[in-house]
Amino acid sequence: METYSFLREFADSWALLSLFLIFLGVIVWAFRPGSRKVHDDVANSIFRNDKTPAPADDSKPHVKEA
Amino acid sequence: MWDYLKLVVLGLLAVGAAIAANYARDLAYLVNAVTIMLAAGITFLVVLRGMDEVKIINRNEYMDGVVRAGVIATAFWGIVGFLVGVVIASQLAWPWLNFEALQGMGNFGRLRPLHTSAVIFAFGGNALIMSSFYIVQRTSAVRLWGGNLGWFVFWGWQLVIVLAATGYVLGGTQSKEYAEPVWYVDILITVVWVAFLAVFAGTLMKRKEPHIYVANWFLLAMIITIAMLHLVNNMAIPVSFFGSQSVQVTSGVQDAMIQWWYGHNAVGFFLTAGFLGMMYYFVPKQAERPVYSYKLSIIHFWALIFLYIWAGPHHLHYTALPDWASTLGMVFSVILWMPSWGGMINGLMTLSGAWDKLRTDPVIRMMVVSIGFYGMSTFEGPMMSIKAVNSLSHYTDWTIGHVHSGALGWNGMITFGALYFLTPRLWNRGGLYSLKLVSWHFWLATIGIVLYASAMWVSGIMEGLMWREVDANGYLVNAFADTVAAKYPMNVVRMLGGLLYLSGGLIMCYNLWMTVRAQPAKVTSHAAVPAE
Repeated sequence: METYSFLREFADSWALLSLFLIFLGVIVWAFRPGSRKVHDDVANSIFRNDKTPAPADDSKPHVKEA
Repeated sequence: MWDYLKLVVLGLLAVGAAIAANYARDLAYLVNAVTIMLAAGITFLVVLRGMDEVKIINRNEYMDGVVRAGVIATAFWGIVGFLVGVVIASQLAWPWLNFEALQGMGNFGRLRPLHTSAVIFAFGGNALIMSSFYIVQRTSAVRLWGGNLGWFVFWGWQLVIVLAATGYVLGGTQSKEYAEPVWYVDILITVVWVAFLAVFAGTLMKRKEPHIYVANWFLLAMIITIAMLHLVNNMAIPVSFFGSQSVQVTSGVQDAMIQWWYGHNAVGFFLTAGFLGMMYYFVPKQAERPVYSYKLSIIHFWALIFLYIWAGPHHLHYTALPDWASTLGMVFSVILWMPSWGGMINGLMTLSGAWDKLRTDPVIRMMVVSIGFYGMSTFEGPMMSIKAVNSLSHYTDWTIGHVHSGALGWNGMITFGALYFLTPRLWNRGGLYSLKLVSWHFWLATIGIVLYASAMWVSGIMEGLMWREVDANGYLVNAFADTVAAKYPMNVVRMLGGLLYLSGGLIMCYNLWMTVRAQPAKVTSHAAVPAE
């Protein structure tokens, strides 16, 4: 049971701590300054390119479809 | 060159399946081998006949043929699954419907996994695959990656469904709930699922949009996690290469824990994360407003992913499972309530400022009710995972009621919404044939669910109370058969609820059929329908 004990102890100490920190990091990253512009853009991305894919050699992918 | 390789593989598969059918040790294996032989043979002919054709792939069009096929398959398997559900609900209410002549094939025990697999994996699975293919193309602004690999995923999945369904009624099962398919079907599922991952991830990788839209996160999490769950839960050694039976690698409480780690996360990632991906695309599209809070959707995603995977042990309260594991499962289930409701609020609030659409658009009404049922069942679930509540609710009809308010209410209604959204767009029609019929479907389905869920609450709590009732001397007051007799009226109501839900589904199929048949095609500057 050496492996079991080791994994068990690792899981409820360092693994738990690091996963929790990663989760906190994700939240902080979501609220970082300047994220609003990006998020607004992504949230509206579903209203673009509804009928056809973006043209292959387009340098600006954000062409709004009428 | 590539086609020759396909022909060799398909030919070998057909001959191999024929040999396997010859040596088959049981009926389920025999029928499955013959099915595989026929499927490989038909595919061989299709590939052979298409050898000389010059294949033109128009990169300026989305690959919607496979999505259209997915819409048809979703509607078809939905009706099959609901119908079998009504049949087995009737069998529970009136046991004489387990006809003597059909014993061993048409009795409740054989049909029950047919119902659960048909609704979860055939109806739900096709809904997930077709919406993934639709959503990932639109949000990545590129054609589906992998060419015909998308079609392989579609037909491979239908083959899985047919093999599993015919296997169940003939006794081919590994007796794991929601993972009944036998070992060779499990291998096929793995192959199809890896192809699904490749198509989805391949499309994401060549995307033109700089960001990956949140719906794709949920769908990708669904694909990856289901792959992991499937591989771990189906570790089994076949008894014979020519038989359907196998022996699980793990046993006892380890096997039980793996099974419910799988079982609960099949709910969490297949029926929740995947369908949330659908919600985050179809609800904003139908409401014509971006999602209420994109930040909340990010937190919703990560919180759900981090928490769900630990909730499984709540299926094993008061068993041989160690107490700490069952407490862990309970605690995580209760915490899970928060991200679930965060997601619910995000979905509902997407309509803020557009609530009037609820009055005019029955499709958005369907989606909103679906989110409402998501909220309700994600409150009920954590509550039932608490040990004290579970001691009353476990093994009773309450659990079945909970599952159905989630499955019929959340998964079913959001899928209906998606089908109503997709059909006019995919077949290039101006709109749905009849909004009035959508309203009929909406009310039939909603009343059906309410009847079903309330009947199961009454029946389940009654069962739980009857089972634990003891007299002054400490003896049990009720025999098991007493609870079965007392449940009769509730079983009838449950069957009626299912019948209403099935009728709603049939109305939907008629409506979708007429949308494609009767409605004039929308005039656009492009060719009418992309040839696929």
